[in-house]
Amino acid sequence: MTEIMQAAPLLKVNDIHVYYGAIHAIKGISLEVYENEIVTLIGANGAGKSTTLNTIAGLLKPRQGTVELNGEVLNGLGASKIVPKGLSLCPEGRRIFQQMTVRENLEMGAFTRPLNEISASLEEMFERFPRLKEREKQIAGTLSGGEQQMLAMARALMSRPKLLMLDEPSMGLAPILVEQIFSIISELHASGVTILLIEQNAQMALHVANRAYVMETGLITMQGPAEELLQNDAVQKAYLGS
Amino acid sequence: MIFLDNLINGLSLGSIYAIIALGYTMVYGIAKMLNFAHGDVIMVGAYIAFCALQYWGFPPVLAIVAAMAVCTALGVTIEGLAYRPLRQAASLAVLITAIGMSYLLQNTALMIWGANPKSFPRTFINGTTLRIGQLSVSSATIITILANIVIMIALTLFTAKTKMGKAMRCVSEDRGAAELMGINVNRTISVTFAIGSALAAIAGVLLCSSYPILQPTTGSMPGIKAFTAAVFGGIGSIPGAMLGGVLLGVIEIFGKAYISTELGDAIVFAVLIVVLLVKPSGLLGKQIREKV
Ligand SMILES: Nc1ncnc2c1ncn2[C@@H]1O[C@H](COP(=O)(O)OP(=O)(O)O)[C@@H](O)[C@H]1O
Ligand SMILES: [Mg+2]
Repeated sequence: MTEIMQAAPLLKVNDIHVYYGAIHAIKGISLEVYENEIVTLIGANGAGKSTTLNTIAGLLKPRQGTVELNGEVLNGLGASKIVPKGLSLCPEGRRIFQQMTVRENLEMGAFTRPLNEISASLEEMFERFPRLKEREKQIAGTLSGGEQQMLAMARALMSRPKLLMLDEPSMGLAPILVEQIFSIISELHASGVTILLIEQNAQMALHVANRAYVMETGLITMQGPAEELLQNDAVQKAYLGS
Repeated sequence: MIFLDNLINGLSLGSIYAIIALGYTMVYGIAKMLNFAHGDVIMVGAYIAFCALQYWGFPPVLAIVAAMAVCTALGVTIEGLAYRPLRQAASLAVLITAIGMSYLLQNTALMIWGANPKSFPRTFINGTTLRIGQLSVSSATIITILANIVIMIALTLFTAKTKMGKAMRCVSEDRGAAELMGINVNRTISVTFAIGSALAAIAGVLLCSSYPILQPTTGSMPGIKAFTAAVFGGIGSIPGAMLGGVLLGVIEIFGKAYISTELGDAIVFAVLIVVLLVKPSGLLGKQIREKV
């Protein structure tokens, strides 16, 4: 862990402020993600977790502060120009293309990559998510919730991101599917993907993560190694229900 | 015979509506706005073709290409200058802008070409009359119907197979998710306007080949009817625009022939209202697709 931390961070968020009109949703957040880490961002509903990820991805613009990937400032680029730099967001609520087939969804994930590389990546995804292979030609809107989540994650991976950001991947899924999603996250991590994970399910998120940040109403209130936060009294009271 | 005659005329008129409706429906589906200036782009296309044929001595095919080129540039410019700055604005503001753009185009045409109607020249499109048995059909009718079929097939293939076509479907479904794929939304919307405006130029030439009177308001009524056709078929749906356009043309011609010439347009709108009461999303609008 300490060894990893000495290198320059892959993602560096520097004191960002984000507004929705007059609403000050993010009030100065800084965080880092180092290569090969899983970092989780936990917090109650409305704390500003999604806003933070959407800002990093370029869907929202910070009024102040910077987002850097590998030392390169991303501010003002816009989401579509950030994707090819190696950052991919699997958004809250999945937002797969309901009217397209599973295969088309995956192909769209590789939109910024050269055509000749796509079929190898498709095979890779079908190997990792065999259910998607079975449903390759099915219209995505007809998949079950768990399958849609897998498709959303696979689609986000199709751009070959250096950093994968997952916004509540377990939302609305049955417990057995939640476990499955988390084991996929562990597998992805093991295969070398760096992950920034948002979760309501703090228990599972803290178990899978290396480090964690706790957010409350637009601010980061706590941070540290995941095991430490798991033991922390305040965290246990607020997020682990014990 | 009269029945068949009417049917063919209805299909031809409907094909023009359908080609115009495609522009409305694609722009609505992808940019989520009603481009009320679309009808006037048709008029501009017709005037360009008119000038190219009458004054510049262009052969007909080149005149059509010139009209398409000018309309494409016009559509992309209108989008970039007038609509793009309003991307985050309330939809009412965008609608008012589109109506303003419509009048700007009409008044500019009035300034350049005057109020006197021009008579659209004869070309290969409307040059001959074909006799099939007792039926006599203008070549313009046949060419219009064929053009509609070719455009429909081409657009269907374009959206199903090409990278840009797929990007359009993504933007139409979820703009934010499309951006997260790396799709440049502004560029995709520009291309949509380009295609819609090029089709408007074709529609303008076809319209004036069948009804050869050209004036600055020439695009208004067909524009409104085509918009109606797009809603009728299910706005946002490409096959819906085709179906809506063709049906609208047929209903209009039959209504005029068998019920009342004066009330022809009212009949069209009455049918629209009934359809929307029964199926608010239009004939093919927002249907849930089934498993393949
Ligand atoms: N589109 C929006 N317009 C206005 N306010 C918003 C919008 N999206 C989120 N917010 C507000 O910003 C705050 C943070 O929301 P969000 O980032 O979605 O929280 P989280 O993901 O942690 O549940 C909330 O108070 C929410 O009401
Ligand atoms: Mg959220």
